[in-house]
Order: sequence, then structure tokens, then C-alpha cells
Amino acid sequence: MGLDITWAVDWVRRSADQMAENRVELIRLDREIGDGDHGENMDRGFQAVGAKLDDLPAGSTPGDVLKLVATTLISTVGGAAGPLYGTAYLKASGAVGGATSLDGAAVAGLLAAARDGIVSRGKAELGDKTMVDAWTPAVEAAAAAASAGADAAEVFAAAATAAEAGAVATEPLVARKGRASYLGERSAGHRDPGAESSALLLRAGADAAADGAGA
Amino acid sequence: MSGGTPGKVGLVFVSHSSQIAAGLVELARQMAPTAALEPAGGTDDGRIGTSFDLVSAAIAAADSGSGVVVLCDLGSAILTTETALDFLDDELRARVRLVDAPLVEGGVAASVAAEAGDALDAVVAAAESARGDRGEGGGGSAEPAAADADLPSSAGAGASGYSRTVTLVNADGLHARPAAELAKLAATFAHRVTVNGADAKSLLGIMSLGLTKGAEVEIATDDVAGSDEVDALAELAASGFGEH
Repeated sequence: MGLDITWAVDWVRRSADQMAENRVELIRLDREIGDGDHGENMDRGFQAVGAKLDDLPAGSTPGDVLKLVATTLISTVGGAAGPLYGTAYLKASGAVGGATSLDGAAVAGLLAAARDGIVSRGKAELGDKTMVDAWTPAVEAAAAAASAGADAAEVFAAAATAAEAGAVATEPLVARKGRASYLGERSAGHRDPGAESSALLLRAGADAAADGAGA
Repeated sequence: MSGGTPGKVGLVFVSHSSQIAAGLVELARQMAPTAALEPAGGTDDGRIGTSFDLVSAAIAAADSGSGVVVLCDLGSAILTTETALDFLDDELRARVRLVDAPLVEGGVAASVAAEAGDALDAVVAAAESARGDRGEGGGGSAEPAAADADLPSSAGAGASGYSRTVTLVNADGLHARPAAELAKLAATFAHRVTVNGADAKSLLGIMSLGLTKGAEVEIATDDVAGSDEVDALAELAASGFGEH
């Protein structure tokens, strides 16, 4: 089962729901080690994307949806997450091109392109206590699943599970990038909010794929 | 895409706070009355943050075709600006420079260079010249010139250095424009030269000395090889910077 436009739209809707539901928790995490606006920014950004979904022209592809997410987040999210996620979705859109259906390999490629976009924009490396710490394990798990012959939904599920573990694993780290890096050692003991939101977004995509595949 | 001041490099100040960006325009405007200075502070709806759309619009508004220099405050302002640059058309992007420099000091130094009609590279260099300034020469309580008190208005040599003391003759003392001329000349020097203890290359360092007409100014270097440079600055100061 490939992932199509229906899945892409569902991913965005589920992402918007996740950001709304976890808004307070993301604010709490960000307040510990950042400026406290991550939950508010992500919620606002995804509600704005959600409002634009109905305007997608007929015949739109998953890549078109990803591009819509990118441009909307860049314009509406005031913190670092806007350009970082915006670049991620933009590169993901470029990776899938005009394809109408994505198989496991295409999903792995989409995720890798998104991660590469975040890295090139934010210059963060694995272990810096950033969203990269969720994305890189996710990309590696997706690549492994895809090369083992998993279908698109299975690849996405593997990525989401690895991202969740990666987000938890940021807790003991000392931040070396972003606002949290100003705190130095005091940033240890708190989960990185960007890694957490990344895991939530990937889980939303995996859930959308699982429900679509089962329908 | 036409904006800015014809023939002059434009400047964009990106801050998380609209008040910081607007305040910096106000400050720099004193020394740069005609250059294009565009604030891009806060989010679209006036919250703390940075806005892709505001940054993009400010770059367009600052661009006269001579180039645009962008300065930012905190990290995500840089991310937003870099993203905005990615979306510019190639022709405009080729003449927009994101400079890593202290926002206030770099912004003021770049504004003075832009006002003077300097080319893009020179305005970038002016902004970058502010990088090492913080903590140096910023204090008005710089070391007193007591060591050279016995050398009034004349050349003198310290243990290993060289200094001259001159009296400011121009009406406004070392206010913005004369200070900028002095810093600009000092920026071409190979040696470290100080003005009453402040680094002569630091525009804000010199300005914060608050030297008015009639003030005694000690221009000094620790390296005798910099004697000609001290003389050049002393002559510029003694000439009244073209003011009377």
C-alpha cells in the first residue's frame, strides 16, 4: 500500500491535533530550557496549515501538501521551529516530487531529506540536544525497514518509534545549540521540546499511514 | 523590488523584539540620515519572535540595487533570515549579505559606512569590525592620560610606545560623524591605537568617551612602529574633521 494524497492530508490534520493536544506540554518543556513558546508556535503553525487544506486544488500530490506545510510554517511560526520545520517539509516535498503514491523507499527518502534540511538549516549534530536527536534515529530506522522490504506504513511506524526513543534520550544531554545552550549544564535533565514535537509529528504520520493501510 | 536609497547599501535589522529593531533604526539614523535602514522585529502579529514575511519585506524595502546588509540578534533570527534568503530570486540574493556581528555596534558601524556611500563589501567590513569591540574601550572611565601629563600638545614616547595629545577644536567634539571618521581611518591601521584608552577602531567605544570641544585627547600606541598611525589620527582630530 502506497501513501497518497489522502494520507498526506490526514497526516497534517493529525499533526494539528497533536500540536493542539500537546501544546501545554511543549510549552512546559520549552519553559524549562528555552523561551517557552514552542507549544504555542507549533499549535498556531499547524492550525494555519489545517485551515489551508481545503483550498488545495484537485489533483494535488503528497509533495504539494508537504510544500504547503513548509511555506505556512515558515510564515507563521515565529521561533526557530518555523525555519527548521519549514525547511524540513520543503526538502521532503522536493524528495517526493510529483509522485502520487509513496512506497517504503520513498518514505525513507522523504524522512532523510527532511532531516538533512534541518541539519543544513540549524547546523546541529547528533547529541546537541535538538530535534536532530529525534530525526536521525528515525531516518536510520526508516532506511533499515525500507531495505528489509517493509511497506510504507511499516517504515513510517519504525521511524516514529525511533524518534520517540530519540526524544527521550535527549533528557540527560547538555544542549549545544539553540536557546537551551545558554543554560549549559543546567539544560541536562530536561527533554528537548523540538525533539518531542518531532516525535509527535512522526507518530501522527505513522498513525495516518496505519489507519489508511487498514481501511 | 525597488526600494532603498539610490546608490547606497541598505540595512536590515532583524530582532526578536520589534522595539529593539525600531530602536536600533532610531539610534543609527542619527549617523545615517539618508541610508535605507529597515527594522524587521517581532512576529507578524507583534509578538516576540522573528517573521519570514517581515524579513523578506524589509530586504526588498532596503534594496536600491547597491546591496543589502542584514544583521540579526539571537539564533532563530539567523535561521529565519537564511530561510528568507533562500526564497529570494537569484539576482537579489547575490547582493544580500547576512553578517555575523553584534547587532547594535555592527549595525551602527554599518549604517555609517552605508551613509558614506561605501560599497557592499566595505559596509560588510564595517559591521564585522564591531565583532571584537565588546569589553574593550567601551568605558568612559578609560585610563587617565596622567602618564603623559608632562607632554602637553606634543609628541611623546612612553617606555616602548608613542602618543600624542591634541585638543578637540570642532564644535561638537567626538560626536557621531567625527568619531566615525576617526574609527574608519583607524580601521586601516596595522597597529592597535587607542583614544583615551579606547580602541580607535571601536566607533561606539570612542563615542562613549563623550569627548566635547576643548577636551584633551590622548592618542597612543604601545608599538613605536605605529607612530605614523598615531600622527595620522592626531592630525585628523586637530584638523577639526572639516568642522569649525
